[in-house]
Amino acid sequence: MIEVYEDLDKRNVVLSFKGNITDELLTSILHVIEQKLERYNEPKQIKRKVFNVLVECLQNLYLHSNDEEVVEEEKSSVMVMVAKLDDGYNILTGNVIPKENVETLSKRLVNINQLSHTELKELYIETLTDGKRSAKGGGGLGFLEIARKSKRKLEFGFVPFDDKSSFFSLNVKITQ
Amino acid sequence: MEDLIIKGEAKTPTINFDSESGELLISGRSIPENSIEFYKPIIEWLEEIKVSNKEKIVLDIKLEYFNTSSSKCILDVFKKLEEIRTVGKDASIRWYFESDDEDMEEAAQDFSAIIKVPLELITVEEL
Repeated sequence: MIEVYEDLDKRNVVLSFKGNITDELLTSILHVIEQKLERYNEPKQIKRKVFNVLVECLQNLYLHSNDEEVVEEEKSSVMVMVAKLDDGYNILTGNVIPKENVETLSKRLVNINQLSHTELKELYIETLTDGKRSAKGGGGLGFLEIARKSKRKLEFGFVPFDDKSSFFSLNVKITQ
Repeated sequence: MEDLIIKGEAKTPTINFDSESGELLISGRSIPENSIEFYKPIIEWLEEIKVSNKEKIVLDIKLEYFNTSSSKCILDVFKKLEEIRTVGKDASIRWYFESDDEDMEEAAQDFSAIIKVPLELITVEEL
């Protein structure tokens, strides 16, 4: 246990969670992070960006960890970590996704990373006005929003989990 | 018709739609996981005011945060105002944001570019 503690401490982790994510838990995590940002006297711009990006990351996890393909307990568990850096924050998330979704998701993220700030804006507006919505209320805007707000390339990776699924990790860095 | 008043909560905004004055307010945070349900009565209320005798409607947006799930609903609200204008009424939006909140300003500009409703951007020191 001390190793875990020391590791989290070394990485300046201000919040970490692993488990099943519920609506109430999501609210609590956001509440905790807001209090911490307040306590660290972060400038408003940083507070807003960290909060906005965390909302989108958590809601992505919430919507997709309840996918029918991942009903098994261990696979619906997600991971969230927020670490303080010298010049901002890192928001890290991880969740298990069906193997067949890896290619589509990977292509989407690679595509987002190739876009300029203006192109991101154009794609955002196009997606906003397409009238499409998933059954769970997702609008396909989450990653675009994360990329726009963080003003950085999305760092992500996929690691095989078992023969049917992969572990998807996303690292978003927020600086002023 | 009745006013529409919804008290704001941790993830949903305060709604104060006054049918008498035609002044509508959405303020606070709009970050629910599934916003369709929350915005349904709002859209329905706008549907009603469209066929009422109210001629002038002003919607004030004073949002601190909104998520992407809400942005499609906010667009639906604005589209309703567009419809209200097509029946000959006067409908407009005033979007308030904090002067150092560039992301909110950019978001308001995004909406302004895609809707046919006058949208005024108003900067304030604090919402």
